[in-house]
Amino acid sequence: MNLRRYLKVYKKFLHTSLASEFEYKANILIDFITAILSLIGSIFLLSIFFQNNSSIGGWDFEEALIIQGIYTILNGITNTWFNPNLTEIVKHIREGTLDFVLLKPIDSQFFISLKKITPSGFLEIILGFCLLLYCIKINQININLSFLILCFITIICSISILYSLWFFISTTTIWFVKTWNATEVLRSFLYIGRFPLNSFSLSLRIFFSVFIPLAFITSIPSEVFLGLSQLWKILLEVFVSIVFLYSSRKFWLFALKFYSSASS
Amino acid sequence: MVKNIIDVERLSKSFDISSREPGLKGTIKHFFRRKTKSLKVIKNISFKIKEGEIVGFLGANGAGKTTILKMLCGLIYPSEGTISVSGHLPFRRKDNFLKNITLIMGQKQQLIWDLPPIESFYLNASIYDLDKNEAKRRIRKLSDMLEIDNELYIPVRKLSLGQRMKSELLAALIHEPNILFLDEPTLGLDINAQRNLRKFLQKYNEETNATICLTSHYMKDITSLCKRVICVHNGSISYDGKLDLLLKKLTPVKEILLVCHSEKDVLQIENSGFTVKNKTKNEITIKVKNNSITSSLKTILNNFDIEDLYINEPPIDEIIGKILIKKDYDT
Repeated sequence: MNLRRYLKVYKKFLHTSLASEFEYKANILIDFITAILSLIGSIFLLSIFFQNNSSIGGWDFEEALIIQGIYTILNGITNTWFNPNLTEIVKHIREGTLDFVLLKPIDSQFFISLKKITPSGFLEIILGFCLLLYCIKINQININLSFLILCFITIICSISILYSLWFFISTTTIWFVKTWNATEVLRSFLYIGRFPLNSFSLSLRIFFSVFIPLAFITSIPSEVFLGLSQLWKILLEVFVSIVFLYSSRKFWLFALKFYSSASS
Repeated sequence: MVKNIIDVERLSKSFDISSREPGLKGTIKHFFRRKTKSLKVIKNISFKIKEGEIVGFLGANGAGKTTILKMLCGLIYPSEGTISVSGHLPFRRKDNFLKNITLIMGQKQQLIWDLPPIESFYLNASIYDLDKNEAKRRIRKLSDMLEIDNELYIPVRKLSLGQRMKSELLAALIHEPNILFLDEPTLGLDINAQRNLRKFLQKYNEETNATICLTSHYMKDITSLCKRVICVHNGSISYDGKLDLLLKKLTPVKEILLVCHSEKDVLQIENSGFTVKNKTKNEITIKVKNNSITSSLKTILNNFDIEDLYINEPPIDEIIGKILIKKDYDT
């Protein structure tokens, strides 16, 4: 893979999708307002849960806000990259426009995963970081290099797991043609990631760790923030994310052999 | 000697197709127990195409033309047989292969809908690793050939279908491929736009010696561009050869309308052994075999007093219509 060429292409992707989005100013404004209101609503909901309990699953309100911050960043990334691109795979396959992607001398997974962006997601990412900075202050967390590296690694791993899951589901469209619902279910599960994993029953915790690894997506980065995470958990998250990324890649390449294109 | 750029040997393709009975009962049955059957859409076909050739694929809807094109591009894996395009196995989709080919589909578009076409051209240029100056040069050259200029800066959604198709062509040709696969490129275009597109393809072929494989239901596309046609009937090749020869095979006779001075002349011609299609008081239409046109005309002009004559060929659409339903042209 020629990195320089891929960076050049990505720069073009950014340019064209931003230019496309900026054609509709009102839509961007509404998306921005929605992002702000959605964060306010989520914090309000969280505060209601903590009104009569000082802690849920061992997490107090100030600590739970960290999960909310990480969730907001991940949701921002979802809205910026995953939603506009990965839901488009279904359309590409149904309408046969995947043909154009496959006939370009560029990696098809790179193309369909990164071609579009939705700028309103950027605001969510910024808001999520602001919330995390606020949490660092109120929870009196000491920032040092190892803390920053661990946070970076765990958040990157979370993004990779989420991407792989979504991509995996979208790839099944090659056989099932229409799988909107499955990606919607995944998004709904992601909402659950706003709450501490310990606040769920044991069976749900096992389900969200093994089948839909939400535990890895939001809880482990949050534990790193609070200095509660154990090394084995971080290593496990790194391992899980590599396995997920590798599997989704292999699955995509395998699925393409069954692509029959749409009729003309 | 011109080398073969496409070589197809005993190619077959099967698809699993599900079918269901009509009505609610059929829908429910289909939901719980889907019946699929394997359908062989391409059956053991072989052909070769030389570099620089323009070949038309003819056939009715569903005959398998698009499937063949898609297998040649590498979009669909063949079930059996071998394909070599420019020395590559298409379905491996290696970069060197993809940089040499392009696929243009009249009914699908790759241009970014909300942006002017020029943005899509530069995006494609970066994908094909062209530097900005080279991309600019190619865009200028192709836009001159396609006679588009201001349209390059107008959002795609505001362009007419003809302008959009020209822009699609430019986007698909920016990497200067030497094999073009065109699937109904003139679909939905008005007569002038169709003519311009054909003119462009002819010029592109002459200037670059690119090989063009074309499917179209507009017979003018085929007759004005393709010397050779491959007729596909139910997934098999029913004819592969020169278009002229095919037309001769399908229309072995021509009709000659003779305008005579009097009814007496009409009767004389009628009684001299020609096959008569119809006659009026001073006009008679006779059928003459293609290979005896000259001798028949000589006989008529030497023996009869003719005021005027017209040689009529059946309309091309009518002949091609026969191609779409006919299975074998050698008998």
